[in-house]
Amino acid sequence: MTSQTALVARNLATGSPRNAGGPKRKRAGKHPLANLTGVLLSLLWLIPVYWMVNSAFQSESELMSSPPHLVPHAFTWDNFLSAFTNAYFWPALRASLIAASLTVVFASGAALLAAFALSRFRFRGRTVMIIAILIVQMIPAEALFISQYRMLDGWGLLNSVIGLSVLYIGTIVPFVAWMMRGFVDGIPIELEEAAMVDGCSRAGAFRRITLPLLAPGIVSTSVFGFLFAWNEYTLALIVLSKDSSVTLPIWLQSFQQGLKATDWGGVMAGATLIAIPVIILFIVVQNKISTGMVAGAVKG
Amino acid sequence: MSRTVQNRGRKLTPWMLLAPATIMVAVALGYPLVRQMIMSFQHFGLAQQFGQPAEWAGLSNYVTILTDPYFWSVFLKSLAFCAWTAGITMLLGVAFAVLMLRLNRVVRMIFNTTLIVVWAMPALASLTVWQWLVDPRSGLLNHALTSIGLEGFTNFNWLGGSYWTFFLIASAVIIWSSLPLVAITIYAALAQVPKEVLEASEIDGASHFQQIGRIMLPMIGPVISLIGVLQVIWDLRVFTQIYVLQQAGGIASETNLLGTYVYETGIAQGDYGVASALAMVILALTLVLTSRYLIMLYRQGGMS
Repeated sequence: MTSQTALVARNLATGSPRNAGGPKRKRAGKHPLANLTGVLLSLLWLIPVYWMVNSAFQSESELMSSPPHLVPHAFTWDNFLSAFTNAYFWPALRASLIAASLTVVFASGAALLAAFALSRFRFRGRTVMIIAILIVQMIPAEALFISQYRMLDGWGLLNSVIGLSVLYIGTIVPFVAWMMRGFVDGIPIELEEAAMVDGCSRAGAFRRITLPLLAPGIVSTSVFGFLFAWNEYTLALIVLSKDSSVTLPIWLQSFQQGLKATDWGGVMAGATLIAIPVIILFIVVQNKISTGMVAGAVKG
Repeated sequence: MSRTVQNRGRKLTPWMLLAPATIMVAVALGYPLVRQMIMSFQHFGLAQQFGQPAEWAGLSNYVTILTDPYFWSVFLKSLAFCAWTAGITMLLGVAFAVLMLRLNRVVRMIFNTTLIVVWAMPALASLTVWQWLVDPRSGLLNHALTSIGLEGFTNFNWLGGSYWTFFLIASAVIIWSSLPLVAITIYAALAQVPKEVLEASEIDGASHFQQIGRIMLPMIGPVISLIGVLQVIWDLRVFTQIYVLQQAGGIASETNLLGTYVYETGIAQGDYGVASALAMVILALTLVLTSRYLIMLYRQGGMS
C-alpha cells in the first residue's frame, strides 16, 4: 500500500493550487444506471473487508458451516481474545510500535531539515539531490535485501528491531523529504523574510514562523512514516526470525501457519486489529492533506 | 574577509541540512548497494559459510543466471504477470474514474469511501482475508461458484492446483488493492478538465461519451501514462503477495517471480553471489522502466 500511497500523497502534497478547491461544476450526464453500478461495485469491492470483520466475530463452528453465514448468528469476541492471549501478540505489537516510532522520529526529523534545504536554498547540486531522491525511491526492496541482510548480520543487528528500523528510516526518508518539501513550498517565503527584517535569524524565522504553519505537513508525513513501518513485510521477514520479536505483519502470518488447521476466526480478528488503526489514520491523513492543499491554493 | 567566511557558511548550510537524510540513505541503501555489486562478482560456497573470505568469480554468477532456463521462465512470467496485472488495473481504473463522473453526490461519497478503505488495508491483512475467501472447503468464493451451479468448484484448490489459478488469485488481490489509487487519481484529473472546453463541445453536439473519449481522456493522457508506468514498476516488485500466497499453498517452484526467486536463492539457499547478481538484474530492469517515469516527472515540472 505505502508505495502507492506515496504517489498520491506526493501529488497532493506538491499539488499545484489548481488541484484544489476549484469551483464545483455541475456536470450533466448523471444517470440512475450509473448510480446503481456505483453502489454494486462499492459492495463488490468491500466484500473482502466485510468478510474479514464478519469472520472475526464468528465462532469456529459457524465459520466452517455451509452455507457460510453472511452475518454472525452468535456474535462472539472469542477470536479477539485468542489473538490477545496469543503469546506472541504483545511482543509483536511492541516491536511494531518501536519500529514505527523510530522511523517517524528519525525520518521526519531528517526530512524536515532536507526539505528546508531544498525548498529555501538555491545551491549548486540541488537538482542533482532532487533527482537522487526520486531515483532512490525506485529501488525495489528485492534488489537490496540480500546485502542488507548480510550488512546487519555483520553488525550483529540481525533479529533486532533497531536494525530493522535503520533500514526503514533509510528507505522512507527520501519519500518523506519529497512530501515535506511540498508542504514547505506551500508556505510563503515572504513570511520568513518579514520576520528576518524584524531581526530574526534565518533559523529563528523558520522556527517561529514556518514551523508552526508546517504542523499539518509534519503530522501527515509522520503518519505516512508510521504506516510504512506498520505495514512493511519484506524487510521484516528478512531481518527478523520467528524466534525473535517479530512485527505485527510477520506475527499475523505465523499465527496462521503455527496451527495445524488454521484458526481462521483468530487470524481474521488479528487482521482486523492490524487494519483498523491504519484505516482510521489513513482517513485522518486524507483530511490533513486536503487542508494542506487548500493552504497551497490560498497562496497561489 | 568576514564576508567570505559568511558566504562560505551560507554555501555549506543547505548541505549541512541535507546531511542527516543523506547519511541515513547511504547507510540503509547506498552501502548495501555497493556491497551487493561487489558480491555479485564473488563466489559464496560452503567454505564461506565457515568464515572463509569470498573468492572472486568474475562474471560467472551472471553467466550462471543468464544461461539458466529456469531464470528465463521466471523472468518471462514476471513480465507477463506485470503486463497483465498492470494492464487490467489501468483499464478498470479508467472505467471506475469515468463512472465516478456520472455518480450523484451521495453515491460518489460511498464509492470514494469504499476506495479509501480498500486502499488503506495493510497488505498482510488483505492477503490473509483473500486466502480465507479462496479456501478450498469453507471459502466464500467456492461456495458462491457452486451455488450458481458450477459444481466443478466444490473444494477447488485455487492456490495449490496450478500456477494459472495461483497467478489469477495473486493478480486479483493486487488489482483489488491498487485500483483505488488509480481510480481516485484519474478521477481527480478528469474533474479538472476546464468547464469551457466541455461547454464548447456540447454546443457542437458532442454526447457525454464523445466528451469523455475524445476530449477528457486525451487531455489527461500524461496523468494516465504516468500512473501506468508506476503501476508497471509496482507490479514488477510483488514479493510480498507472491511469497505469502506461496506460503499458503502455492507450489513455489512453479510460481516464483523475480523477487521470490532472489529470496529463495539468497536467504534460503545462502548463495549470495548468484542472488546478488539476480538482484542487480532486477535493479537494472527497474531503472530502465523508471527512467521513463523520471523523465515524465521532470517534464511535468516536478523539478521546480
